[in-house]
Amino acid sequence: MSETTIPLSELRRKQPRFSGLESGHRACLGCGQALAARLVTESAGPDVMLANATGCLEVFTTPWPESAWRLPWLHSLFENAGAIASGMEAALKAQGKATKVIAMGGDGSTFDIGFQALSGMLERNHNVLYVCYDNEAYMNTGIQRSSSTPHAASTTTSPVGKERMGKRHLKKDIIQIIAAHNIAYAATASVAYPSDIRKKVRRALAIEGATFLQIHAPCPLGWGHDGAVSIEVARLAVQSGLFPLIELERGELTGAMPLRTPKPVSAYLKMQQRFGHLFKNDPRALEELEHLQAIADHNIEIYHLRGDGEDALDSEGADTVRRGGIRWA
Amino acid sequence: MPQMLEGSQALARAVALCRPQVVAAYPITPQTHIVENISKLVADGKLHCELISVESEFSAASVVLGAAAAGSRAYTASSSQGILLMSEVLYSIAGLRIPLVLTCANRAVGAPLSIWNDQQDSMAVRDAGWIQIYCADNQEAVDATIQAYRIAERTELPVMICVDGFVLTHTLEQIEMPSQEQVDGFLPDFQFSRALNPANPISIGTLVSPDYFSEVRHSHHQALLNAQVEIQSADADWAAVSGRSGGGLLSVEGDPAAKVGILSLGSVIGTLRDALGEYPDAGPAKLIKLRTFRPFPEEALREACAGLTDLVVLERALSPGSGGIIGTEVRAAFAGRSDMPRVHNFAVGLGGRDIPLDIYPRLMAAVKSPSGASFAIFDANLDRLPEADR
Repeated sequence: MSETTIPLSELRRKQPRFSGLESGHRACLGCGQALAARLVTESAGPDVMLANATGCLEVFTTPWPESAWRLPWLHSLFENAGAIASGMEAALKAQGKATKVIAMGGDGSTFDIGFQALSGMLERNHNVLYVCYDNEAYMNTGIQRSSSTPHAASTTTSPVGKERMGKRHLKKDIIQIIAAHNIAYAATASVAYPSDIRKKVRRALAIEGATFLQIHAPCPLGWGHDGAVSIEVARLAVQSGLFPLIELERGELTGAMPLRTPKPVSAYLKMQQRFGHLFKNDPRALEELEHLQAIADHNIEIYHLRGDGEDALDSEGADTVRRGGIRWA
Repeated sequence: MPQMLEGSQALARAVALCRPQVVAAYPITPQTHIVENISKLVADGKLHCELISVESEFSAASVVLGAAAAGSRAYTASSSQGILLMSEVLYSIAGLRIPLVLTCANRAVGAPLSIWNDQQDSMAVRDAGWIQIYCADNQEAVDATIQAYRIAERTELPVMICVDGFVLTHTLEQIEMPSQEQVDGFLPDFQFSRALNPANPISIGTLVSPDYFSEVRHSHHQALLNAQVEIQSADADWAAVSGRSGGGLLSVEGDPAAKVGILSLGSVIGTLRDALGEYPDAGPAKLIKLRTFRPFPEEALREACAGLTDLVVLERALSPGSGGIIGTEVRAAFAGRSDMPRVHNFAVGLGGRDIPLDIYPRLMAAVKSPSGASFAIFDANLDRLPEADR
């Protein structure tokens, strides 16, 4: 009897895996949102309905008569994803079905225009996971500042000029505002850490009630970096402390990805054209850099991000490819 | 057996008889009593549904959109500012061809703030792509609500039932409430062909390029025009069940030989009915009750106006800078035709101003000595205004 040996790599490729968002859509190269949406829907599995706010994701996935979605998907408006998801969930409840509802929107529809509908959805504790793909500006309309845009970032409505050093206001602390609704689970994640996203999506979906996930998702076009380095950029946001990966249960901090060695914010900022003015010979630039470093330091402090020693799930370890084991914890 | 019921109470019961699975609403005067009554029915276990008390009318409309898309029969209600806050969602519901029913407790739109009745709110969203049915009394409102679900679900178009705020919603009226058996026999369970379903995933609300948009709009327009048949058949079939007809697209009463007609919609019809009896010497008049405003029943209107020399179009809203809304559409229905009556277009009863019975002889006098203006607010007291505004 002869044995057939199939290489492990081929076996992995052949393993059927549910894909909620198919390839062939029209996202830019290196789009963080497309990657995040694929990871979220892949982790959620097929018994899910999606409510999508207006934005890049809606536009690049569904140019009629094509659709990249393999899940039931509803888009209505920019600012009502939280409310249509509430209605979908209510309907499923009335019908006695266990299908989960996932609402999705960018930072514009989440932090800004759709915030009221989202807040209402959380307060009423609908059994919905709301996922915010945070790329820190209105990218679909051409890179305008949102309340998620970081301080000093240049956008088309917060441009750099003689009188201005980019956005004058702070990035809204949405995760704390969300957590203040006392929902069972709210977390941040980053496309640089796919297994962390998977874990958090599954955790959120296992909970009966409203849950929230904010995924940091680079936009090469809007941030001004090559599409090939999206993951690297996203990882530096986490490793610098500017985008801490945390979990909050009923408003209490219950988890944070430790930073093995905090990187200086300048390492993250200098990879992106939107912060290019901070590296020019301008006395104001240094001040802004110090300010942004202070924000990162503050995050490291309040979320206790400084790790003690090497941790397989810290900011250096968590995205390392491992075969089985802890990666799937 | 007829019961004395407040309009809103009767409407809440009518909604419950339709077995909605999801109800979402935000309180606004004069719609509030409808939602309060539904909430009580739910609290008392007389209506089993998901009742979602949302944080705005915008979300109320969005919740019912999502609910119906996910395959549940859904209901909402609003008024005035609430209808305007919903307006973006109303377009979305209609454009996505989501069948559901909304009661509009008609109220003026501010500024200035007015909580009282006129029909500016539903008129403001007349182009949203909804079916709009106006009710002359609360019995009609009850019957129209039940019919509305059948119309919506057969045409895959949303239906707005317009009921004059306070005049109807807050008025006690003798009402024949249908039985649950009657409604169940008339209205089958909700089956939405495009309901979201993980077993058969479809995408609803995609991006449509210029290559397809005109065709989508055409089919929506055509669906509304075609809905005239469903509106009439729902009314006729409900009449067979209940013995009551709301008048289909429109209905005509009064002297069939009259040369003067008065067309209006909503509760002012009741005032005019009484006035016709009160002032027999004012001259014979035909009363045309426009029940369906969207789709606009052009042909039925022309038939109803046959033989008229003069037609008074009386409405409770206007398009500032243009004039009457319904009057303009009535004129357009006769454009280029030799059988067009002289159209006298007036707005009355704005912001809750009472419409007294003597409006009828005054209108008949106005027809005999027309001012020449194509539109006027009939009961505006111009003496109160500075010279420049008159």
